[in-house]
Amino acid sequence: MGLVNIAPKLAPEGYERNFAELSPRLTSQQALTEAARCLYCFDAPCIQACPTRIDVPGFIRKISSANLKGSARLILSANVLGESCGRVCPTEVLCEGACVLNGTGAKPVEIGRLQRYAVDYALDRGLRLFERGAPNGRRVACIGAGPASLACATELAQWGYEVAIYDRQALAGGLNTYGIAAYKTRAQDSLREVKMVENLGVRFHQNVVVGRDVALAQLEKNFDAILIAVGLGETWDLTLEGEALGGVIGAMAFIERTKTLPFEQVDVGRRIAVIGAGNTAIDVVTAARRLGAEIVYLIYRRDENSMPAFAYEYELAKKDGVAFLWQTQPVRILGNNGSVSGLECVRTRTLGKGRSAHVEGVPNSQFVLEIDMVVKAVGQRPVTDFLGDMRGIEIRSGQVVVNPESHQTGNPKYFAAGDCVNGGKEVVDAVAEGMRAARGIHQSLSAKKT
Amino acid sequence: MADLRIDFAGIKSPNPFWLASGPPTNTAGQVMRAFEAGWGGAVWKTVGEPIVNTASRYGGIDLGPQKLMGFNNIELISDRPIEDNLREIAEVKKRFPDRAVIVSLMVESRRAAWHEMVKRTEDAGCDGLELNFGCPHGMSERGMGSAVGQVPEYATMITEWVKEVAQTPVIVKLTPNVTDVARMAQAAEQGGADAISLINTLNSLMGVDLETFAPRPAVAGKSSHGGYCGPAVKPIALHMVAACAQKVKIPISGIGGIAGWKDAAEFISLGATSLQVCTAAMHYGFRIVEDMTDGLNDYLDRKGFASLGELRGRATANVRDWGDLDLNYKIIATIDSGLCIGCHLCYVACEDGAHQCIEEYPGATSEKRIPRVIEEECVGCNLCALVCPVEGCITMREVSTGKPATTWNDRMRRVQRESGVAYTPSLWGSL
Ligand SMILES: Cc1cc2nc3c(=O)[nH]c(=O)nc-3n(C[C@H](O)[C@H](O)[C@H](O)COP(=O)(O)OP(=O)(O)OC[C@H]3O[C@@H](n4cnc5c(N)ncnc54)[C@H](O)[C@@H]3O)c2cc1C
Ligand SMILES: Cc1cc2nc3c(=O)[nH]c(=O)nc-3n(C[C@H](O)[C@H](O)[C@H](O)COP(=O)(O)O)c2cc1C
Ligand code: SF4
Ligand code: SF4
Ligand code: SF4
Repeated sequence: MGLVNIAPKLAPEGYERNFAELSPRLTSQQALTEAARCLYCFDAPCIQACPTRIDVPGFIRKISSANLKGSARLILSANVLGESCGRVCPTEVLCEGACVLNGTGAKPVEIGRLQRYAVDYALDRGLRLFERGAPNGRRVACIGAGPASLACATELAQWGYEVAIYDRQALAGGLNTYGIAAYKTRAQDSLREVKMVENLGVRFHQNVVVGRDVALAQLEKNFDAILIAVGLGETWDLTLEGEALGGVIGAMAFIERTKTLPFEQVDVGRRIAVIGAGNTAIDVVTAARRLGAEIVYLIYRRDENSMPAFAYEYELAKKDGVAFLWQTQPVRILGNNGSVSGLECVRTRTLGKGRSAHVEGVPNSQFVLEIDMVVKAVGQRPVTDFLGDMRGIEIRSGQVVVNPESHQTGNPKYFAAGDCVNGGKEVVDAVAEGMRAARGIHQSLSAKKT
Repeated sequence: MADLRIDFAGIKSPNPFWLASGPPTNTAGQVMRAFEAGWGGAVWKTVGEPIVNTASRYGGIDLGPQKLMGFNNIELISDRPIEDNLREIAEVKKRFPDRAVIVSLMVESRRAAWHEMVKRTEDAGCDGLELNFGCPHGMSERGMGSAVGQVPEYATMITEWVKEVAQTPVIVKLTPNVTDVARMAQAAEQGGADAISLINTLNSLMGVDLETFAPRPAVAGKSSHGGYCGPAVKPIALHMVAACAQKVKIPISGIGGIAGWKDAAEFISLGATSLQVCTAAMHYGFRIVEDMTDGLNDYLDRKGFASLGELRGRATANVRDWGDLDLNYKIIATIDSGLCIGCHLCYVACEDGAHQCIEEYPGATSEKRIPRVIEEECVGCNLCALVCPVEGCITMREVSTGKPATTWNDRMRRVQRESGVAYTPSLWGSL
């Protein structure tokens, strides 16, 4: 990476302490107590707030009645990644944000943790809750092994489809395996869910880049329908002088290292500047601090109120002792012997209100931060180039355009779901879209005469 | 400061709170600690020929995280020698002369046996006797406990035997495992009882282990019906106390699910003079009495009652036959939209379980999900208010019907006047 001033390593137990689960698994006693808080609302608002419409009061009641297998079945039938979602969903703005208990001044029911508790029961015991359907002779290929594909494949396999997943990474799971903060979930947690999908007879082809190792034309020939669920790629470049210096890295590459290497092998600079203020930027700054970085700046050209990250993610970063530089824009990365040595910034001011208001530099406000590492976290770019422009699949501002009901693209053989369609949301949205796409595929293929 | 002292058929106690006969009153050590904690009296664990107990003996039912909503036991009377019990009773009485020490007795149904037991117990210096005609398990199979308390003639007879020799007040403890408890109260009164206490425990089976099919509480995979008590039985006990208060003149010691001062005040308002507590003391220890006396005191002060006597029986006369209730009284549910949290439990309860008079989404745009009571349809049953999780959110509002109060019995009497056919309220046949 060309880092020169590497932060000192922690004692081995320091890493596990720093990356311990923020919200650990509930004990059965805790789960029963928490489940008892649920009012079992009718037509519950928490269900409406969940993109996958999990029957929350239903599964919580099953926890109370000691029917954990039934609880897990109810969750997974609506959302096969119910375990991950229980860990990683931004529940504050989803189900828990809608819980009626908020209206009483009490804390909402901890829906996410209960959800994880119930699914863990089934995963720990390797319970088979679903079976693949009798083969219907139809074949579907999914490009990408992330949440959207996993959800789609789970549905299709139960309906008798033969599903093959192609993914360019060594391990399946997409960002659930490679991207989400380690104190929320680890790669092996995600792989337990992948296994569930594999058990339904879905075939995974890892280390395969579609468009390079396998041609789309070939997929078209061998499959009745194709799901595009490639997610998004590395973050955009800053297009600044000095970007090629050692110690400048993209957020995705950095986070991937924290998910795939032993923590002590992930080098971080002593002083780091992270550019951007979304949830990904938060994941970077918290990881950097927890890996031992001494000073971590989060640099954003707008003000605190315009920060796109969720409020509680911001709180987390504050607790981790991150320094926030609002209304600040990097203009040049300074180097020394090929490695980063500083970041030249200007102060900015915003003309107008809101996240799209124009921002301009304040004249003569330059200053230099002495740093050893720069992480770019200014939004992920699309990875749909391989689709070309010959197939009738429309891409608009980097997002694959689909029918919102069926998730079919302009090309009737192609469907799409997940981050590559919605521009980057949450795991639970990718799952919901993947399931909708499965229904879309099923409808489309069922209508067609063989 | 209200006066919490009571005089219960001649037994004096600094407050109305007594420990009921049971495990908490098994030994002098326990009773003395209880008195130190502030209990006004204790009914000693039933003394008789020592028995052998089983392991296990107790079962519990939880309601969500609330432990021991109901409790049961298959334990018998004291397993300690009579002499030990009597010696300790004397000791306690000496150390705490101002507290009420009552001894529960259960003896085989022979006159001489009862005579001897009564004399020995009174020699120990107790303030009164409680005849255990209520224990529903084990002892009843040996012709004691509820086997006596379920047959009015036996109850009268044994009470008479005791009264022949007793110098101290005699309390008869009644079993709820009968069809008409007031009838049993009258039988005791007829036998000369100075007071009654109720309820003892209800016949029950706590559950079944679904893996081993052992009923609970299990003894080597088997179980037996046991006595049910704790918070779950309070409504039954309240009814029975009220029913007895309307039928007998002797004082009543109220028992069953009492855990706090409010429970106590309810029992007293229905006619009880003293109160006995077992399960709550087993669950939380003797310390609970502090809040019981404290809370009862404040309540009496707030109501302007100088003593417990002013509270006693205030509600008794309001317990009536159904036929005496006003059929023209009308209330309807009212939802406070400021408090409603939109759980829709009231809606589903009324829709599926009552009278379909709540609209789930009044005005399609209702952002806050506040249901609406269709007032013309509401029958005033209370169900929605009972299920609503927010305190004070659904209230039952009285509305005038413009009609004078009238009861079913009034109507029937009118029919009788007009038709000349006799009307007897308690007999269906005459309607
Ligand atoms: C840093 C970070 C943190 C996040 N934290 C959270 C969180 O806490 N909670 C939450 O709910 N969401 C979080 N998200 C969002 C979440 O990870 C995504 O919304 C979700 O993973 C999208 O699923 P997907 O299936 O659409 O895409 P992905 O998970 O990105 O999966 C796409 C897969 O396709 C593969 N692929 C791409 N192109 C090709 C090709 N040509 N050939 C073969 N394979 C290809 C990719 O390698 C990848 O494995 C986070 C995202 C990031 C970046
Ligand atoms: C474990 C246990 C043992 C009991 N033993 C006796 C007893 O020996 N004699 C008796 O008269 N009542 C006995 N009882 C009944 C209690 O005195 C009391 O009537 C009953 O438990 C209801 O009161 P509560 O709801 O406060 O427990 C016993 C109750 C329990 C729980
Ligand atoms: S809104 Fe809250 S209380 Fe109601 S069902 Fe959902 S989790 Fe339970
Ligand atoms: S999937 Fe996520 S949003 Fe849906 S109920 Fe579970 S935790 Fe909440
Ligand atoms: S039960 Fe109460 S809080 Fe719930 S919707 Fe009805 S009125 Fe509102």
